[in-house]
Amino acid sequence: MTPLQGCLLVSALLFAIGLAGAVTRRNAILALVGIELMLNAANLNFIAFWRYGAHPEALTGMMVVIFSIAIAAAEAAVGLALIIAIYRHYRTVNLDEINNLKG
Amino acid sequence: MTWIAQNLWLIPVLPLAAASVIAVNKQRQRKLAATLAIGSMVMAFLLSLCAFSAALLHRGGNGVFREAAGFNWFQFGGQWLQLGWVLDPLTAVMLVMVSFVSLLIFIFSVGYMAHDENFMRFFCFMSLFAAAMLGVVIANNLLLFFVCWEIVGLTSYLLIGFWYHKPSAAAAAKKAFITTRIGDLGLLLGMVWLYAETGTLNFYANGNGCLEHSALAGMLTHMTAAGMAVSTAIGLLIFLSAVGKSGQLPLHVWLPDAMEGPTPVSALIHAATMVAAGVFLVARVYPLMSVHPDGAAAETTALTVVTWIGALTAIFAASIAVAQTDIKRILAYSTVSQLGYMMLGLGVGGVAVGMFHLITHAFFKALLFLGSGSVIHGCHEEQDVRKMGGLKKFMPVTFATYAIGMLALAGFPLFFSGFWSKDEILHAAHGWPVSHIPFYLGCAGALLTAFYMTRQVALVFFGEYRSSGRESAHSSSKTDEHEKSAPTHVGGYEGKGEPHESPAVMTVPLVILAVFAVLLGFIGTPAWPWFDGFLKGEPVAFDFSRLTENSTLGLMLASAVIVFTGLGLGWWLYGKRQRKTVEEPDVLQVAQPYFFRLLENKYFVDEIYAATVIRFNAWAARACDFLDRWIWGGVVLLVTWVALGLSWLYRLTDEFVVNIGFDAGCETLREGGGEISKWHSGRVQTYLRVIGVALVVLVLFLIWERKS
Repeated sequence: MTPLQGCLLVSALLFAIGLAGAVTRRNAILALVGIELMLNAANLNFIAFWRYGAHPEALTGMMVVIFSIAIAAAEAAVGLALIIAIYRHYRTVNLDEINNLKG
Repeated sequence: MTWIAQNLWLIPVLPLAAASVIAVNKQRQRKLAATLAIGSMVMAFLLSLCAFSAALLHRGGNGVFREAAGFNWFQFGGQWLQLGWVLDPLTAVMLVMVSFVSLLIFIFSVGYMAHDENFMRFFCFMSLFAAAMLGVVIANNLLLFFVCWEIVGLTSYLLIGFWYHKPSAAAAAKKAFITTRIGDLGLLLGMVWLYAETGTLNFYANGNGCLEHSALAGMLTHMTAAGMAVSTAIGLLIFLSAVGKSGQLPLHVWLPDAMEGPTPVSALIHAATMVAAGVFLVARVYPLMSVHPDGAAAETTALTVVTWIGALTAIFAASIAVAQTDIKRILAYSTVSQLGYMMLGLGVGGVAVGMFHLITHAFFKALLFLGSGSVIHGCHEEQDVRKMGGLKKFMPVTFATYAIGMLALAGFPLFFSGFWSKDEILHAAHGWPVSHIPFYLGCAGALLTAFYMTRQVALVFFGEYRSSGRESAHSSSKTDEHEKSAPTHVGGYEGKGEPHESPAVMTVPLVILAVFAVLLGFIGTPAWPWFDGFLKGEPVAFDFSRLTENSTLGLMLASAVIVFTGLGLGWWLYGKRQRKTVEEPDVLQVAQPYFFRLLENKYFVDEIYAATVIRFNAWAARACDFLDRWIWGGVVLLVTWVALGLSWLYRLTDEFVVNIGFDAGCETLREGGGEISKWHSGRVQTYLRVIGVALVVLVLFLIWERKS
């Protein structure tokens, strides 16, 4: 088992856990946490492919991941703000109850 | 051009303005209405006198004095339609006559209509009539002539039907309007044809008018299908309208009925002026009627027709007048008869002969009608001559003037105008080369005229008063009693008794008219035919020798004998032995009951029309009604049914095919939408699940593809 495969396996596990959390948790904040996990799994993939790839000296993977983390921070901020707004409106953050778009 | 010829339009416009002002004023302002109407007529009369003097003073020049003016009315295509007026001796004479007679009748009307509540309306219509009639007289244009002619017809209708609450008056108005309309169709057709032929409707326009030489020569060379010159055909069409307006055979039926109007109306319209318009029309278009190829006989077809119609009308109407009992109807038939004379005069002797009789007749017939109005007024609206009698005592002024009018109409020799004008007509008829029959008809008519006028005057003014006012319904024995002791007794009947003389406002016009009825004759005696010369533009000198030429003196004697025979016969039958009661049969009725009945019923002309024209008309109307109701109505109904059937079919298709299909489609869509909307749960995590599953499926697919 090469280090790359190990990293990918961890990353896949992390993604699966994040997806499961995002899909199953009823609390909006926890679903957001799941999403963050999935994002970080992707970041781990970037790092792994860069570190064990053809040009580890080029710092490209690191650059993408730093951007990605910055975007994730912004996204988390927007997401949390939305959740607060939703809470103020519905007095709940239970995703099952927020179904006004139901056809 | 003289000032008056330039401003001739003022003459009809003044009464027109008066009529408009009266029309927009309130009902009660009688004084204003009378003042306006009479004032405008005075102005018109003064201007007419100016025009007349202009025509008179111009006589030194060569040819006929004639000045025309006009303006463009409107453009159609590349041509301008013009309106215009002309001042020539014919116009001048008619202007003076119309405005003067109108003026006197207006003044008379103030008295006659004093108690009528529609006094304003009366003067409005009368002024409108005067305006239209003066317009007819001055028109230099067949179009303007036609317009005024129709307004004259309209006012005639309005005034005959003035007392429209009387059914007979309403019917008479309708009859007059429709009958004259038949004639006016001829004028319209003639006018259109004339325009097509000559390209102008102006009578005189420095050689370009339709009555001047070049246009006439052009019309003479064109022939219609029947080999008649176009000028003749147009002349006959125009004459048709003159027949309608002047009450000639066979369109005379409306004129006697027109007596339903107030008496001043009868005097003004149906005796003196309007009915003369037809004669004036023929005189106006006389160049058209008389145009003939060089070398041919001067008696053209058109003039021959005019002559015969005139002569037949003269004798026909005169014979009817013998048997009438209504004072105004006698005068009405007399008018028809005299109009026949005028036509006869135009046909055989030219413009001057016919026009002279027109002018003299206008005065003495207006006098007679106003006199009869005075009589009717004095006898408390009684019109039946059998119920009058002995009025000489009660109404001396009316009697004297009426007698003058009657003698003028009868043609009493030497001193009365009717003698000279009628004599001139008879003289011309005697010299007519085509036939002598019109002359004999004219003589017979003259005899009858003298006879029926004597009968009327004898019945109205002589003998004893036969009626006790309105109470004429009581038994004959009682009437007899009263008649024997009349006029002393009749006064006892509740204020409705003795006839009384009319007020001065009515008698003064009578006196003035009477003076003219006498004096006017002297402008056209054979020894000094001034009128003839005036119209022709030739000065004439007094010359006794003309009396002996062309058997003039002999004819004058013959005519005098005829008149005296008529007067004597009338006096012998009606004057010497007065009828005693109202119901007593007429002398002629005793002698010739069947013939008298024929005359009394006006030769049954109305009945013949009722049996032919009117029945045909009614039949045609019924046929149209039948066609309308069953044929066209049936077709319409059929179409309706077809449309109804089709729409029923459409409805069925709509309800049972289209609707069901549509409903089913809608239902399916709705259910489909419902099903699909269930997927749209609004749960974000469900969507995420689906995305995850789809991702897995995608990955598996990609792997599977790589493998294969």
